[in-house]
Amino acid sequence: MATKTASKEQERIIVPGPAGFHPPSAAQLGVMLPDPGQGLLYGILEPNEEKVMEEVARKMLTSPNATIFPGPMVLWNWNDHAADKAKAVLEIAAQVPDVLIIPMPDYRPKYPKIDPEEVINPNHPNLTIWGNKIEACIFIGVHCHYANLTLKMIRAGTNCCTTALCAEQGHEDAMMTVRDCDAAKLRRVAQVFKRVREEMKIKLPATGENVRFTGTQSKVHDGKTHTNPLTFMPAGGTAGAAAFGHKAEHMQSEA
Amino acid sequence: MSETKTNPQGDPVTSMEPEQKTNPQGDVISTVAVQKSDGKKDPHEAAKKQKVVTPEYMFLEAPREREFITGSESAKEAVRRSNVDLSIAYPITPQSETMQLIGVLYGEGYVKEYYRGEEEYGVMSAIAGGSRSGVRCFTATAGPGTLRGLEPIASWPGHRLPAVAMFTCRVVNAPLAIQPDNIEVSYLLNCGMIVFHAENQQDMFDFIMAGFIIGEKNDVTLPVGVCCDGFFVTHARGYVRMQDRGIKLPPREAWRGAVPVLDAENPPARLSRDAPVQKSNFMAYNIHAVWQQEVWAAVERSRKYINKYMGGLCTAENMDKAEVVIIASGSAAAQSREAARLCAEKGIKVGLIKVRSLRPFPTQELRQLCKDTKVIVIPEFNYVGWLAKEVATAIYGHSKAKIIAGPHVYGGQSMPVELIVDEVESGLTGKKSTNVPLSAIMGVDDPAAMAHFMRSI
Repeated sequence: MATKTASKEQERIIVPGPAGFHPPSAAQLGVMLPDPGQGLLYGILEPNEEKVMEEVARKMLTSPNATIFPGPMVLWNWNDHAADKAKAVLEIAAQVPDVLIIPMPDYRPKYPKIDPEEVINPNHPNLTIWGNKIEACIFIGVHCHYANLTLKMIRAGTNCCTTALCAEQGHEDAMMTVRDCDAAKLRRVAQVFKRVREEMKIKLPATGENVRFTGTQSKVHDGKTHTNPLTFMPAGGTAGAAAFGHKAEHMQSEA
Repeated sequence: MSETKTNPQGDPVTSMEPEQKTNPQGDVISTVAVQKSDGKKDPHEAAKKQKVVTPEYMFLEAPREREFITGSESAKEAVRRSNVDLSIAYPITPQSETMQLIGVLYGEGYVKEYYRGEEEYGVMSAIAGGSRSGVRCFTATAGPGTLRGLEPIASWPGHRLPAVAMFTCRVVNAPLAIQPDNIEVSYLLNCGMIVFHAENQQDMFDFIMAGFIIGEKNDVTLPVGVCCDGFFVTHARGYVRMQDRGIKLPPREAWRGAVPVLDAENPPARLSRDAPVQKSNFMAYNIHAVWQQEVWAAVERSRKYINKYMGGLCTAENMDKAEVVIIASGSAAAQSREAARLCAEKGIKVGLIKVRSLRPFPTQELRQLCKDTKVIVIPEFNYVGWLAKEVATAIYGHSKAKIIAGPHVYGGQSMPVELIVDEVESGLTGKKSTNVPLSAIMGVDDPAAMAHFMRSI
């Protein structure tokens, strides 16, 4: 059952693009960031952040090639909190059939050519969106400046519906944003995803292998097409690439 | 068997005889402030006892006591309470004594690191390095120093460096002078940094402290320039209400910034933030374009924090049924307040809007405040009238007021309040002004004069 809200129907401001060659930023359009407990839904302040979570779930469950883009703050095992948040991200992923996970490991431009199946990058994020025909996505764990660059470029040049689950104050250039996302709130998002999925009668594969590998990811996983995100849980202590299925020979080939 | 170390003369050097570097006068050279070792009071004792309080308590609740001090001293007292990590000085000739006083704070342990740079370009570049590494930075300069440092200053916003710089404005054009003139503010307005303009010593104290907290907010992460009209504010004394010196702001939480900090301990340290300008293609241009959009979006986001911690981007006085409104910033606001009092004695109701934040600019506030105003007078301490242009652009189409871009004084002149009173009377009566050319008045019936004004804008 959908969560009720007190917000009035207003014209949407920030919607999937392509918005244009170089559209004004959301801030230029007058969109302001939400206060704690609130969210942004297509540029409109939504007093109830749970409603935003529900819309994110619906978009991720119904859009082609829905993708989660984890950034450095949840990709790397900085500390226990980062590892805990990474687990929560995987719990969200576990609720979306055929979801892709493509990392944003750093912020350096990838020249001369990015592999859109390997990474996304804030300097040319539209290439990864276009390359994988992604129509809904979630950014988690990206430093806010780089998230804002990324979101602006995606809105300008692609038809992707963007969500930012932000540890700080949220992002006005995302179509949907939830702020103050610590591990507990990310788990709440996962629970909302589960509820919405069940309401929509969308089933998960019995094997639990619902995360779809990109072609590049499949190659380094012996041709497997899917995986169970909950088996990827980082171990205690400092985790190496091996904890995520990488073998020594893979690292050798990357050197 | 351990090898005995010797000095160049062959004498054994032991740990009991540590080698000490000295300057030509024989004083010990140290990279940290030397504490007196005469067994007397620890010079850092008071600094060590400072207690961290929340910004909300510091700005809105903490009791204050009044002191009669100069603007430079008020800047010093602000830095004392701001938990500053690094301050770098270059004592340019028209500079105030501000950075010298920050050196005193360093000696007292209130500032963790302090040194003199080679010149302003080096100082502003070093401030960039310090801020990138995650520490709270402060510097001050003036006039020609501001312009010499302007290239690195203009790069601070793009690098998202929340340093605070104090600009004690002086003449910058030839023939060289050391007198007050705030033309340099116009050079700072389009850098992408937050720019405040202090009227007096109290503003200087409050704006510097608030600048650290506002600039360091995650959704802002921008440098803050606190400008004042040099000499009038820096050298003159005024009453300043200050919190107890035993409390200070929380330290910078760099890990919460919008960008990751530079980690010099883990190379490669990327001194440029992966400059996409090294490539010439659409994507490189595009990333730079959205980067600039993001900087200005961050300026917009600072509005709510300026409202929260400083009480607004502008203040309005005596606006009820005012026939004329004076809009001013910096020292011109003080002169305007006195002009408004003189006008009241003459039976003319004059309101005053003091613009405190130039970036972001209080566009919506001015549109609301000036929607029914008939005459606006904008006195300034510079030739070009940058504030008048800002105001005219902001309220264009939202007010039918006649805008008088003047009076202006520059080159070190002070502004007699009678000049402002004259413009108020000229604006109301249509009497020809002796100080403001017709071409600097918008809203007159003469189409040629109007066109001239718009070209000037």
